Amino acid sequence: MVERLLNVENLKKYFSIKGGLFQKTMGYVRAVDGVSFFLNRGESLGLVGESGCGKSTTARALLRLIEPTEGKVLFDGKDVCALPKEELRQLRRDMQIVFQDPYASLDPRRSVGQIIGEPLDVFGVCSNRSEREERTACLLKEVGLQPEHAWRYPHEFSGGQRQRIGIARALALNPKLIIGDEPVSALDVSIQAQIINLLEDIQENFGLSYIIIAHDLAVVEHICDRIAVMYLGRIVESAPDVELYTNPKHPYTQALLSAVPEPDPDIRKERIILTGDVPSPSRPPPGCHFHTRCSARQEVCAVNAPVLVDIGGDHYVACHSVAGSS
Amino acid sequence: MDAGNVLLDVRDLRTVFHTFDGVAKAVDGVSYQLKEGEPLGIVGESGCGKSVSALSVLRLIPDPPGRIVGGEIFFRETNLLDLSDSDMRKIRGNRISMIFQEPMTSLNPVFTVGGQIAEAFRLHQGLSRQEARERSVDALRLVNIPAPEKCIDQYPHELSGGMRQRVMIAMALGCKPEILIADEPTTALDVTIQAQIIDLMLQLKEELGMAIILITHDLGIIAETVSRIIVMYAGKIVEEASTRTVFKSPLHPYTQGLLQSMPRLGDKVRVGRVRLEEIPGVVPSLYELPTGCRFSTRCRHVMTICKQEEPRLEQIEEGHFCRCWLTHQERQVSGDG
Repeated sequence: MVERLLNVENLKKYFSIKGGLFQKTMGYVRAVDGVSFFLNRGESLGLVGESGCGKSTTARALLRLIEPTEGKVLFDGKDVCALPKEELRQLRRDMQIVFQDPYASLDPRRSVGQIIGEPLDVFGVCSNRSEREERTACLLKEVGLQPEHAWRYPHEFSGGQRQRIGIARALALNPKLIIGDEPVSALDVSIQAQIINLLEDIQENFGLSYIIIAHDLAVVEHICDRIAVMYLGRIVESAPDVELYTNPKHPYTQALLSAVPEPDPDIRKERIILTGDVPSPSRPPPGCHFHTRCSARQEVCAVNAPVLVDIGGDHYVACHSVAGSS
Repeated sequence: MDAGNVLLDVRDLRTVFHTFDGVAKAVDGVSYQLKEGEPLGIVGESGCGKSVSALSVLRLIPDPPGRIVGGEIFFRETNLLDLSDSDMRKIRGNRISMIFQEPMTSLNPVFTVGGQIAEAFRLHQGLSRQEARERSVDALRLVNIPAPEKCIDQYPHELSGGMRQRVMIAMALGCKPEILIADEPTTALDVTIQAQIIDLMLQLKEELGMAIILITHDLGIIAETVSRIIVMYAGKIVEEASTRTVFKSPLHPYTQGLLQSMPRLGDKVRVGRVRLEEIPGVVPSLYELPTGCRFSTRCRHVMTICKQEEPRLEQIEEGHFCRCWLTHQERQVSGDG
């Protein structure tokens, strides 16, 4: 029986733009503008979209690393947005994050043992030093490093190894959910495969659920069971992996899929070239955010924003042109 | 091969960097030829020397710490390495141009877009301010910038990433170069914008008939744009062949590993859920290169000889070169029989 681990309803995050003499609020950047999705236990969800579409902000708002403006995040039955400080701190044991840049997300002054051991100390998981060392060694082995690496410092490691350290730190408290914010995009091709395989292995070993944020559709498709496509702060389509690839409904998803270059010289894709740039999230177009670049644009698109509608088979689309969603 | 066809002939190029940690041989004996109008791709991971080899062609290596210590680069009949600085300047941006990866950092933030494009026309073609401005507007129109008359007076920060890369291309193509070197031209861009830029580059290549050297780590882009591929690893060429051959029947274990380690869109539909093949280990540091074959530390097929002696880049079939003891031996065997 599938069990919901996470349920996000109408999550919003607006950043205010301050300006003028008295730093008055001049407007808002609607980074996340009403996002709803769910995640089942043991499942991996991919969030894809281009830069500035709000995928990272969504992840951070879920963890309350930044306070969401509005909305409801139910994690394991608890409303994350309404929790008092101490309870939120306890809840963070269960939800961890792996960041994009393995060079910037590790403290250069602390040894790997200290970095991985810190969450253990914060939550008082280990009663004494030797237990802690044992646990760190075990975590290092789990991510494909050696126990003696605990005495080294981040600069002694390559990018891929640093990302392994970041994953070990996220694993330290046995979380239920790990959010990967572009976990492999800073890595070389041959190293990417190593980290993707590692993420899949530990998911199996620890029974984890993932939210993987990436702009690389091939990576997301490889790791995730379900994929949600974001555009300018909203989810425009979400579907199981194969369904999304074989049967994309939203014009933006179709364009995005067709834009990915095919590493096979025999395949010539029919490419949908989108004209123009992504509009600024501080002044999003009215109605459907995508209508300014859409080929299937109708009059209604500039007036009303379409809502995400179930078209069957766990496939949700927000588009006026798709039958059944108006 | 028609010798008159060769536009650029790089012979045994060696570029090193003197640093506190020692001498890094970033490019260590690279030779290749580029024909007129040919799109050539150079792939490899970070630190393999692909960018340095391209920068060396334009003599843009910062000296110190970098230095071209050996080889020849023939552009038509002239060896670029023999030219004086002022003669070299006449070639750069005029007959050979370059597009860089970061459109944000490679444009000057304190000059208008128009001023930066016009500079090439004024320097290389001696045009007047007014003429250069008109030509700049034309160049911007060529790269499909909407309202080029307006864009020309804007500063780089007012443009989006995709627009800036278009400006870079306009600048590079302004003087109708014979060779365009594009160093990761779309890496900093989003996929839909990347598709626009690649499309634009291919279309302009057809119109202007220039040769392209495309440097990238993205095998997908390379498959769609070039006809011949050079694969580099730790400062050396390990394999060179036509695009089809590299993708369909690669010979070097590194090329094979690279192709297999990459997740492909639609794999789940075609073959279901599979584990990615990974290349174990990491790229060796340029300061502590392994003896023998540089890939021997990560290779699945490593043999004793691989760790002792470096294989040569050998022609296996017409136009297909590979630097590996395995293919060398196979050739010996088939040669004997």
